[in-house]
Amino acid sequence: MTSIILVVATRLIFPLMLMFSLFLLLRGHDAPGGGFVGGLMAASAFALFAFATSVTRARDALRRSTFRLIGVGLLFAFISGLPGLFAGSPFLTAMWTSAEVPVIGKLSSVLLFDTGVLLVVVGVTLTIVFAMAEADEEEEE
Amino acid sequence: MEVALAIVIGALYAAGLYMMLRRSMVKLIAGLVLLGYASNLLIFVVSRLTRASPPLVPEGAHSVAEPFADPVPQALILTAIVIGFGLQAFALVLVRRAFQAVNSDDLDQVTASDRPDLQA
Amino acid sequence: MLNAVLAGFVLAFAAPQVARHLPRQAGTIAALLPAGIFVWLLNQAEMALGPGVVERWPWSPLPGVTLSFHLDGLSLLMALIISGVGALILIYAGAYMQGQAQAGRLYALLLAFMASMLGLVLADNLIALFIFWELTSITSFLLIGWHYQEERSRAAALQALIVTGGGGLALLAGLVLIGLVSGTWEIAGLAAQAGTLQDSGLYLPILLLLWLGAASKSAQFPFHFWLPGAMVAPTPVSAYLHSATMVKAGVYLLARLSPALGGTQEWSLLFMVTGLVTLLLGGWLSLKQDDMKRMLAYSTVSSLGLLVTLLGLGTKLAAEAAALYLLAHALFKGALFMVAGAIDHASGTRDLRRLRGLAGALPTGALAAGLAGLSMAGIPLLAGFAAKEFIYEAALFSGGSVWLLTLLLLAGNVAFVVVAQQMTLRIFSGASLRFEHFHAPGVGLWAGPLVLGALGLALGLLPEVTATLAGAAARAIYGAPVTIHLFVLPDSVTPMLLLSALTIVAGILLYRRRTKLEPWLNWLDQGARLGPENAFRRLVGGLPRFAERVTDMQQNGRLRSYVMWVVGAWLLLLALTWLLRGGPGVPSDLLARLADLRFHELVLVVVILAGLASVMQANTLLTLIVSLGVVGFGTAIVFILFGAPDLAMTQFSIETLGVILFVLVLYRLPGMVRLSPRRTVLRDSVVTGLAGAVVTLMILVITDVPLVSPLKTWFADASEPLGHGHNVVNVILVDFRGFDTMGEITVLGIAAIGIFALLKLRPGRGGESKAGDGEGRT
Repeated sequence: MTSIILVVATRLIFPLMLMFSLFLLLRGHDAPGGGFVGGLMAASAFALFAFATSVTRARDALRRSTFRLIGVGLLFAFISGLPGLFAGSPFLTAMWTSAEVPVIGKLSSVLLFDTGVLLVVVGVTLTIVFAMAEADEEEEE
Repeated sequence: MEVALAIVIGALYAAGLYMMLRRSMVKLIAGLVLLGYASNLLIFVVSRLTRASPPLVPEGAHSVAEPFADPVPQALILTAIVIGFGLQAFALVLVRRAFQAVNSDDLDQVTASDRPDLQA
Repeated sequence: MLNAVLAGFVLAFAAPQVARHLPRQAGTIAALLPAGIFVWLLNQAEMALGPGVVERWPWSPLPGVTLSFHLDGLSLLMALIISGVGALILIYAGAYMQGQAQAGRLYALLLAFMASMLGLVLADNLIALFIFWELTSITSFLLIGWHYQEERSRAAALQALIVTGGGGLALLAGLVLIGLVSGTWEIAGLAAQAGTLQDSGLYLPILLLLWLGAASKSAQFPFHFWLPGAMVAPTPVSAYLHSATMVKAGVYLLARLSPALGGTQEWSLLFMVTGLVTLLLGGWLSLKQDDMKRMLAYSTVSSLGLLVTLLGLGTKLAAEAAALYLLAHALFKGALFMVAGAIDHASGTRDLRRLRGLAGALPTGALAAGLAGLSMAGIPLLAGFAAKEFIYEAALFSGGSVWLLTLLLLAGNVAFVVVAQQMTLRIFSGASLRFEHFHAPGVGLWAGPLVLGALGLALGLLPEVTATLAGAAARAIYGAPVTIHLFVLPDSVTPMLLLSALTIVAGILLYRRRTKLEPWLNWLDQGARLGPENAFRRLVGGLPRFAERVTDMQQNGRLRSYVMWVVGAWLLLLALTWLLRGGPGVPSDLLARLADLRFHELVLVVVILAGLASVMQANTLLTLIVSLGVVGFGTAIVFILFGAPDLAMTQFSIETLGVILFVLVLYRLPGMVRLSPRRTVLRDSVVTGLAGAVVTLMILVITDVPLVSPLKTWFADASEPLGHGHNVVNVILVDFRGFDTMGEITVLGIAAIGIFALLKLRPGRGGESKAGDGEGRT
């Protein structure tokens, strides 16, 4: 039932959407965007991929278990709180380095935190979408 | 616009609650979604509307110049939207499972399957 | 005094240990405490009869709440009865239980009860008194429910607890009112405030609350039914709590408070009517019983009615009569109960119809019962005689409807004479019966009743002692110095003596002809006994049914009814507040405010409303999903227009994903059907429409007031310097309120796990879920 147009279009759009997601994350601190939107965008990309091909292939493309994404995301958010703690400030106090990295900009605990948010959102959304789609395929069998 | 949106929000609440009062599970979820929209808009409107001025600090500046939209409710609503999505997904799956179990969209049937004493 | 009271509670914990190691002697060992207290009390007697002994222990920072004790004549009399009878009962219980496994628990409870009761009669503070009052109710509950394996025992215990506990609540209210009106919480200081109390508008409520407390505790009509029910308890308990001590608590309370509250018409009317009705009802019902314990219980009800009548009368003579009767009754009724228990123990039955001619087999029992019975019947030389003389004297000099009162008291006393004969002549005389498993009770079971019976004789023969004890108690009841003149034998023929003789003759005649009374007794039994008890059963049985109905109505498992309750209650409360306190009206300048609406905004509003209407009307799932999408995207555009690009982007993404979810799930569901009848639709429309209108109004009112938001400016100013970010919303999310966001993504993760579990883990598929496969591939 998969249409050839969808498959071809997806091949083009999928990487673009992922890049846009990354873009939203990185610029989020200064312009509209951020981990939430970025995460939703990436999740949409994989959802689209799953519809164009199959859930199995989408899972393969993701490489990691959706639950691992949630876990790693939460871990990132947690770790980003530690530097502040070591500096003698409350947990989750933002810390900035002066190192300017091309494209990314200044490295900071805040960026790590927002990345964590993105990963959790991707993980959660895809867990739901994949599980639903699989249950759906199962019923069709 | 506040007056017009007040009416829209009232209508959203009324419709959301009305849908939740129906016996159909699908309508129940639609009601939940509507209530979500309504609550987000409510928070948005009561903190006043400012046209086309997002709370972004201009390059080189250190603060946002008035008038600009209040960022606090926006932060609240943003998380609310995402949480609302989780809730919506959860409700959908719940309904789907319930439908598989009792093979009916009627909430009363679900209730009855939960209460053996009502299955006379 | 504190030590005396506390010792009981402390030693109650030790009692089970003692019973385990010394099962045979445990009862006697436990009896050492009350015996010691008895001796100590006798030591204090001189002080108590004079100025009184006072102790104060502050135990709470609250004003008025002190643990204070006051030993005066009345307290002394009660405390002597409690500790004296208590010692005998514990010895008796030791023999009665004969080293049964649970005996230690009985001693413990009896000791705890004794301590509570001592505290009650010694307490000089209203709150302390109440606490001890409730402690006696609780220990009584535990003792009545002694055979907790039996349904009947549990029911009786619960009944007693509900009746006395409910009365206790009323009493607490009454005591608090007394404290508030009089300004003093010390009972000793209340008498001086009698005027204030009696002139207060709260006097009648206080009296009624007091009545509820005292009448329920002392088994007055219409609360009398719990006492015969309480006879399911072991006999030591019945003899101690339910004849000699606890049931006197209500009487004690009235006696204690009569100097402060008594002497008014209301007081007399309330308590004399209650007392007389109880006296006659209890007396009448006691004639009907075949079970020894039940008969004695009804007779106790009757005696308590007599005491309440005397306290209601409130004259000096009545106070003297009450004190004398209180003492005499504790002795003879306790003895008779113990005799009944001993006979039950020996023969295995308490049925009067099956007991006959026991004198041969139980000579000691016959002696004890004889002494107690003679005292109960009011035969000269015994304590009961003097009491009866004073009762009649009080009636004859009451100054009201003398003859009516005398006649009623005479009728009540005749019933006592009959019961006394039942407990002596009927069971001990005549040809002896054979019992299969008859074993004569040992000395432990006879010591108690013998001592009490002999004391009844001793007090009759030593009028000075009796007069001193009772006189001091009467002084506390009457509130003024009282001197009782007693004599061993009457030296002249008085009207009282004639009445006493008449009572005895009538009692003997009635006893002889008792079989002829049966039909009458049956008739009254049906009516009177079942009346209040039935009402109680209905009340207690009806409560759970009522609760069930309310629960079924409110929590019926139907979501829409919960929603209806919430919305309905919200609207109702809002309307009430609006009506009572007033509220803001509709802002007047609405049209002016509406004027700033631009054309594209108007279009947007119309689109959202149209989408909404379409959601409501949708009759296919596709229509529903698309219409919801329209509303959602409309919302997103509102966010764009009013400076919230982050929200708009999020909303757009969510809408897209939401549609995917809906499609994945919903096309598995059936089409839309109208399930509700037209009337429900109409009702729901009205309620939800109202709710929506209220929200609209609320927004209009709120936005009409200028908003001051320091947060808005603070975040705008702090975002760049402190957060190194230009997007204030994002800085709030990931920096200033990062902790909140972390909580939120955690919640999201949990929701995902929940959804996954719902979909993948199904009953019946066990561990072989598809989930495992899915994860395995990654």
